[in-house]
Amino acid sequence: MSVSPEQVRHIAKLARIAMSNAELERLVPELNNILGWVEQLAEVDTGGVEPLTAVIDQKLRLRADAITDGDCREAILANAPDAEHGFFAVPKVIE
Amino acid sequence: MADSTAPYRVKGDTGEWEVVVGLEVHAQITASKAKMFSGAATAFGAEPNTQVSLVDAAMPGMLPVPNQECIRQAVRTGMALDAVINRWSRFDRKNYFYADLPQGYQISQLYHPLVGPGEVEILLDDKDENSVKQIGIERIHVEQDAGKLMHDQHPTKSYVDLNRCGVALMEIVSRPDMRSPAEAGAYLRKLRAILRYVGSCDGNMEEGSMRADVNVSVRKPGGEFGTRTETKNVNSVRFVMAVIEHEAKRQVELIEEGGEVAQETRLYDPDKNVTRSLRSKEDAHDYRYFPDPDLLPLELDEAFLEECRSSLPELPDAKRKRYEGLGITPYNAGVLTAEVETARWFDALLDAGAEPRQGANWVVAELFGALNRRNETLATTGISPVEAAELLKLVADGTISGTLAKQVFEIMLETGDAPSRIVEERGLKQTSDTGAIDAEIDKILAANADKVAEYKGGKPQLFGFFVGQTMKAMQGKANPQVVNERLRAKLD
Repeated sequence: MSVSPEQVRHIAKLARIAMSNAELERLVPELNNILGWVEQLAEVDTGGVEPLTAVIDQKLRLRADAITDGDCREAILANAPDAEHGFFAVPKVIE
Repeated sequence: MADSTAPYRVKGDTGEWEVVVGLEVHAQITASKAKMFSGAATAFGAEPNTQVSLVDAAMPGMLPVPNQECIRQAVRTGMALDAVINRWSRFDRKNYFYADLPQGYQISQLYHPLVGPGEVEILLDDKDENSVKQIGIERIHVEQDAGKLMHDQHPTKSYVDLNRCGVALMEIVSRPDMRSPAEAGAYLRKLRAILRYVGSCDGNMEEGSMRADVNVSVRKPGGEFGTRTETKNVNSVRFVMAVIEHEAKRQVELIEEGGEVAQETRLYDPDKNVTRSLRSKEDAHDYRYFPDPDLLPLELDEAFLEECRSSLPELPDAKRKRYEGLGITPYNAGVLTAEVETARWFDALLDAGAEPRQGANWVVAELFGALNRRNETLATTGISPVEAAELLKLVADGTISGTLAKQVFEIMLETGDAPSRIVEERGLKQTSDTGAIDAEIDKILAANADKVAEYKGGKPQLFGFFVGQTMKAMQGKANPQVVNERLRAKLD
């Protein structure tokens, strides 16, 4: 399996990562190296081995239903480039 | 009346078409106080961005921890829909960028949902308990809601409120089993009723706690499935039905003109009653799902499932059957079980000793009539089931007549007083005292000698006039049966 320059450009666009042609030229072989490397793992026979979902044998912890957080609007909005009337203000987004 | 079980068909130039409908219902888990993955509050209508934690705002380094109550409610909902509960499920990231989603992805469950196949039973005809149809449920998964955008507050800016961001949703995906707007309406109403019985979601469509994505396609009856469109975020039963009707017609016209239905997302405009294409970029659906590395798989043990199961209330179908077993008509049983508040109120009425048939008739006719007239609900009215049972008992044991009961009920509505007190204080007890009744009858017959002569001369319909006059003279308190008997004795 390998990726084409078009696929890499597409993925970059979906992830909103701007990419120059020079970067693209460098990244395509790099990504293909990684993919080839992962592909090697597929050669191992894993028949009868349970899928490993985490390296530490732990269970997902659940939280009790209690209000323990929030009510910190100033902190939430502090890093926003623009905020008005308690809202984040962003360039108009409407279809 | 039209046969509501006849197949729904869209008439085109090339013959009749069948419509195929599937619904994806997003139901907010309103039962939880806190959000799905954070400890921020979920209450509706708070000041903007006051119910947002650093997790919801997707600050770097924050980690999600699932709320046990949200999982519990989704499992209970699944059980109420007779669905398979998956003891092992997993969370996935659905990646997309939008201003209402600070994480850049929604935590959802694509590959291993919490709840698998189940079903909902609907009635195609409210008055016919045999007109049942099963609508398949494909799955229910839990996911996070996004924030809210406001576009009309500023000429060049959109405002973002993240209060809803991270609130737990259940996405309930039906199979494409519905064949008409009416079936979709019946399914939604039934699903909403079940959610409200379970208590997982309040079903409040106005506040957005329940909304539907409507999948519609058309085909020649019994033929291959056509290409479907998906109309997003429809927020009332009526609108869902309108979308199906409109969208089926549009697709039939399009196909018959030689066009092709595009698999696309559409939006419904309730003001114009049309759907329009949401022309998004072609890669908008490229969500690049992958397992969320912040969350381990969700594993449920038997004790957890058992608690979910044993905490389920009696559900609408079981309750309806039980009511019918008590002698209540299928129609009344349907009305009484359609809303959980009504059913609880009626159960309390039965507990207070009301006779089921009489009680059901009274609630459906008298109580609902009065509530409608007064623009009230069971929640706002002061009438308690105990007082209502007392009123019904006064009728059943002959203390007051049906006519007097209506009068007492009106006074109860106005004053909030107990019926026995009203009857006592206002002297409304029904009388069978023949002496008093005879005295009034004699006066009336004497004062209306002309009518008595007419009656005797062959106008039997005048009998009702004498009954009416007597009841009026007795201020409605005479036992109608005794009045009839005494009048017959004197006139015939």
